Amino acid sequence: MSFENSENAYPVEQLTENQKVSQKLKEKVVLVGNPNVGKSCIFNYLSGMYVDVSNFPGTTISINKSFYKDKEIFDTPGIYGVSSFNDEERVAKEIILSSDIVLNVVNALHLERDLFLTLQLIDMGKRVSVLLNFSDELKKRKIKINTKLLSELLGVEVIETSAISKYGFDKIDYAIQNARVGNQQLELYALLQQLMEKSIPQAEALLILEGDEETAAKYNVKGDNSDSREKIYISRRNRVNDIVDQVEHEDTKKGEIFNLIGRMSLNPKTGIPILFFMLILVYFFVGDFVSQRVVNFTENTLGKRIFEYNLKSLIADYSQCKITVDLLNDEGKVIDTKNFYFPDGMKKNINLRNEFKSLSTNESTEINFHFYNPILRLLFGEFGVITMTTTYLLFLLFPLVVSFYFVMALLEDSGYLPRLATMLDRSFNRIGLNGKAVIPIILGFGCITMANITTRLLGSEREKSIVTAILQFVIPCSAQLAVITVLLSGAGITPLLIYVSVIGSVLIILSTILNKLLPGESSPLLIDLPIMRIPKLNNILKKTFYRSVGFMKEAGFWFFVGALGVGLMEITGLLFVWQDLLAPVTTYWLKLPKEAANAFVMGMVRRDFGAAGLFDLRLTTMQITVAIITITLFVPCIASFVVMLKERGLKEGLSIWIGTWITAFLIGGIVAQIII
Amino acid sequence: MTKMTLDKAKKGSRVTILKLPSGQYKVQFLRLGITEGDSVLCSERLPGGTIVIQKNRQEIAIGSDLAKKIKIILQ
Repeated sequence: MSFENSENAYPVEQLTENQKVSQKLKEKVVLVGNPNVGKSCIFNYLSGMYVDVSNFPGTTISINKSFYKDKEIFDTPGIYGVSSFNDEERVAKEIILSSDIVLNVVNALHLERDLFLTLQLIDMGKRVSVLLNFSDELKKRKIKINTKLLSELLGVEVIETSAISKYGFDKIDYAIQNARVGNQQLELYALLQQLMEKSIPQAEALLILEGDEETAAKYNVKGDNSDSREKIYISRRNRVNDIVDQVEHEDTKKGEIFNLIGRMSLNPKTGIPILFFMLILVYFFVGDFVSQRVVNFTENTLGKRIFEYNLKSLIADYSQCKITVDLLNDEGKVIDTKNFYFPDGMKKNINLRNEFKSLSTNESTEINFHFYNPILRLLFGEFGVITMTTTYLLFLLFPLVVSFYFVMALLEDSGYLPRLATMLDRSFNRIGLNGKAVIPIILGFGCITMANITTRLLGSEREKSIVTAILQFVIPCSAQLAVITVLLSGAGITPLLIYVSVIGSVLIILSTILNKLLPGESSPLLIDLPIMRIPKLNNILKKTFYRSVGFMKEAGFWFFVGALGVGLMEITGLLFVWQDLLAPVTTYWLKLPKEAANAFVMGMVRRDFGAAGLFDLRLTTMQITVAIITITLFVPCIASFVVMLKERGLKEGLSIWIGTWITAFLIGGIVAQIII
Repeated sequence: MTKMTLDKAKKGSRVTILKLPSGQYKVQFLRLGITEGDSVLCSERLPGGTIVIQKNRQEIAIGSDLAKKIKIILQ
């Protein structure tokens, strides 16, 4: 089984001409369904290719394509209906229109909601088969669905499946082979005929009748008004309700599945304690266990003591170098420094080499290699492209990023996020947003770049602008948060309190100003609350793994660029020019050491890299506080900057970017003047 | 028979949807399974007026501004 990340997803428009030709030869099977019905699991089964499975509408916008036997198979984003209300729908619509066979995945627990899409697909005249997923859950909840009757009423095959136990997956092949046009509603079909006589395909004719302007424009006919759409929708809704009444029977008298935790996380009285409880758990897992214990071992032992030390020693064996060994006491303070100088490499002076080696085996030492050759310095020196990047990426960032993505995946798959959105709806209303805005913001604590894309699920341009600004200005991403956590650890509670209250105030002031300044109105909340469930570990782990690897691939490149950039600046002396240039700001205004300016070079490339530049500066507690405030407010990383420009346009993107420079130095400075 | 808007509904009360706001929101409601004439349970009413309605197993959260535009009859 080969796993591929979404990089191998083929958005339709990116297919080459050749691929388009070959597509015509193969039958196209499309998986269609509401969000969170298990389409991706079925896609994985058919293709053996991994796809990001998510509880949240809006995370998989690209279409995953693969082959099954002699057919092409496509996965689509979760949609509640076919039209052009948002990007997901547009993408799904295009794929469905071009398909030969539609495999409609239906959540058996949500027939009333899901069959609406099914009937629309049947009304489109597509060859359809229905997969009734989650059918094993039915027994647990004492619900009976008469599959045979459902199949008769719809006029297409209905197969019971379970994505968890793979029950019924052996019949999916049968479902594909026997997909057929279902029972059409005669009244509607008669209306469609009028358009079909103008040689418009039935599926597109339906969309035109349902008021889809894009399709109407394509065939140059007048789109119907929304009255006709409403009529069709209401009649379809009634048909769905009628079908559900006939096929579904519930044995429990109450007829309601009481989901206690789900209910409790909605109401602030119980929901806020639940939120805090979750945050505390996350803190102990990510903040304490991973960023302290795990990273301490991986970074210091694996990274510095083993990897860097051995690599640098090897280089030092053969080249001119100076090595300083700082002896540390228990508190990490330097008590003695020894210098070793090897004009022709360590191999030429075995005695001194042995002395250095025996001293360096002592755990409480800090060893600095200084190479005289500029190329070696660039590759293996203090900012060495090979040494620093590797230690940083593999031994510091990777464990942290993995743990963050793990927590994110848990939150997404449990169905908790929409409930959190509901609980916080009112508070978000005050800053011109609705509760849904919590989703990109929470995701932003994982990765700002990713969060920038999910702002699409918000209702209006105004909301998208506000959330994008909040993300770039105040939300630290997981990598940055991790470094901040390390910097703050051992500094006591005061810096943390100052940090949280300053960043919190900036958030409130910024969003209030934007809410006042930006024209228009925000959209009210309307959100589907999926059933709360215990996430599947297998799914969580896969998701964590692929996102982490994806992140590292992307981050790795920019880290390399950043390290190379700073390395080159150091060798050419440009770094000192930059330090001197920023010196008045850094030393007088922010009251930090001059070298802290390095952080503002690296910070432009990757936010966490900026924070990491502060590690070796031996700052005082209050200096750390100022530094992390400034770095948090500072510009987003290059990747999020690029995505932001794409999503929000050049003007808005640049304004935000420049705004972060000003805010970071302004607020950082004010705090410095007060506390240092 | 008491006519009112959804934002006034009390937690735990059963209501019949009389009129949904037209346009895109109506479409969303229809897709999620809610139509005019449906009987739904107001399963949660949060401080500030965000409403959660439930029809069978389907739960939908509605912001207070939108709830104000939904006409209902208290059963």
